[in-house]
Amino acid sequence: MLDLQGYGPSIFSGAIVTIQLAILSVAIAFILGLLGAVAKQSDNRAARTIATLYTTIIRGVPDLVLMMLIFFGGQIAFNSFTEWLYYASDEKIDIFININEFVAGVVTIGFIFGAYMTETFRGAFLAVDHGQIEAGKAYGMTKLQVFKRIMFPQMMRHALPGIGNNWQVLLKTTALVSVIGLADMVRLATEAAKSTGEPFLFFIPVAGVYLALTAITEWGFAVLKKRYSVGTVEA
Amino acid sequence: MDALLALIDANKIFNLTTLAHYWDGLLMTVQLVFMSLLIGLIVSVPLAIMRTSKNRLINYPVWLFTYVFRGTPLLIQLYMIYYGVTLINGIQDSVFWVIFERAYYPCLIAFVLNTAAYTTEIFRGAIEATPKGEIEAAKAYGMNWFKRTTRIVLPSAFRRAIPAYSNEVIFMLHASAIASTVTIIDLTGAARDIYARYYAPFESFLFVAAIYLCITFTIIFIFKKLENRLLAHLQPR
Repeated sequence: MLDLQGYGPSIFSGAIVTIQLAILSVAIAFILGLLGAVAKQSDNRAARTIATLYTTIIRGVPDLVLMMLIFFGGQIAFNSFTEWLYYASDEKIDIFININEFVAGVVTIGFIFGAYMTETFRGAFLAVDHGQIEAGKAYGMTKLQVFKRIMFPQMMRHALPGIGNNWQVLLKTTALVSVIGLADMVRLATEAAKSTGEPFLFFIPVAGVYLALTAITEWGFAVLKKRYSVGTVEA
Repeated sequence: MDALLALIDANKIFNLTTLAHYWDGLLMTVQLVFMSLLIGLIVSVPLAIMRTSKNRLINYPVWLFTYVFRGTPLLIQLYMIYYGVTLINGIQDSVFWVIFERAYYPCLIAFVLNTAAYTTEIFRGAIEATPKGEIEAAKAYGMNWFKRTTRIVLPSAFRRAIPAYSNEVIFMLHASAIASTVTIIDLTGAARDIYARYYAPFESFLFVAAIYLCITFTIIFIFKKLENRLLAHLQPR
């Protein structure tokens, strides 16, 4: 059997961190993506411009660079903010915010993939028949009701393949947080590999975990696809 | 002009030394990305043909290769090759150490394998989308498998693959930032050095982000031109 030389529990806890990170950041990306897609189609010019800038810039810059910018830069920004607050409040408010690697990782990955999700959702919203939205309005539904009852359920069917792709890429991107110091599966495996001098012993199981997670979620998306395709005829 | 010169004088971070450092990083990034894409492209063509084979013994190993390399993070692949090779007992005394002493070659190997896996799947999709009639016509002309593949299937598959391949090129550019984690001074590596030296994350990382953005736009522009030329017959009239 596989002998992880006592590093087994530590790498297992790293796997849990990876899974938590992926799930929380995909939730943030989902919400940002919905907001971005709605903003891209709104009548408000400022909202459209901001959403377009967001997706263009985020998708044009490497994840790792953005992660370092937000992680290292965020700390300095927070420090100068709390310093300003300290003097502005006549030295009454004295707080120190230390950015936690996990929170930084979740926020950054969520922020990055929100841009990809925006594009996925935008395409999916466009695929919803316009007549249906008009019908909803004719029934006297509010904008929110139209969104919740008509747009969202139909849009999801078109968006699912894109969401599935984004999720697979996101899962693999979580490995990058090991670079900014979060003790995820990759970092713990790297430390174990360095101290024992046996890289394959630790990296191959970790790669296996990623493959297993991919396979499990592929199955999950197949189930979801069935659910959201109810009432449509396969071409 | 005076204002600009004053601005250059006033900033402590972007002096000639650091700009030269960024320039070296840019060269490294471009070289790494270009080499890995080129080798990956050459490797992926035979792999894609094998992948579309009906013989399981030929098809299955390639499927496994692409599944594993597309299903695991590039960072893991890089670490496995970088640490895997450098930690082998006795390699530091062998002749191979000349190659593996610098992180460049392990990194290039990891990138080539990764991009080859993605490109193989892109080509597979393009090859499988070849219209049946074209192949039948080629058969009717008496072409054998080799002639059909080189004259009919591959040229049209390459054209169909261009839009998806342009995404892969941009993906590879962004993925190359990972090289900085194994001591290579690419663009990101240069930014990390300058961040560490001046403790100026915004200046150093925003500057490289802007450079990456420019390269991305250049790639998109080139592929748009290429598509307009090579896919002109597929454009809506």
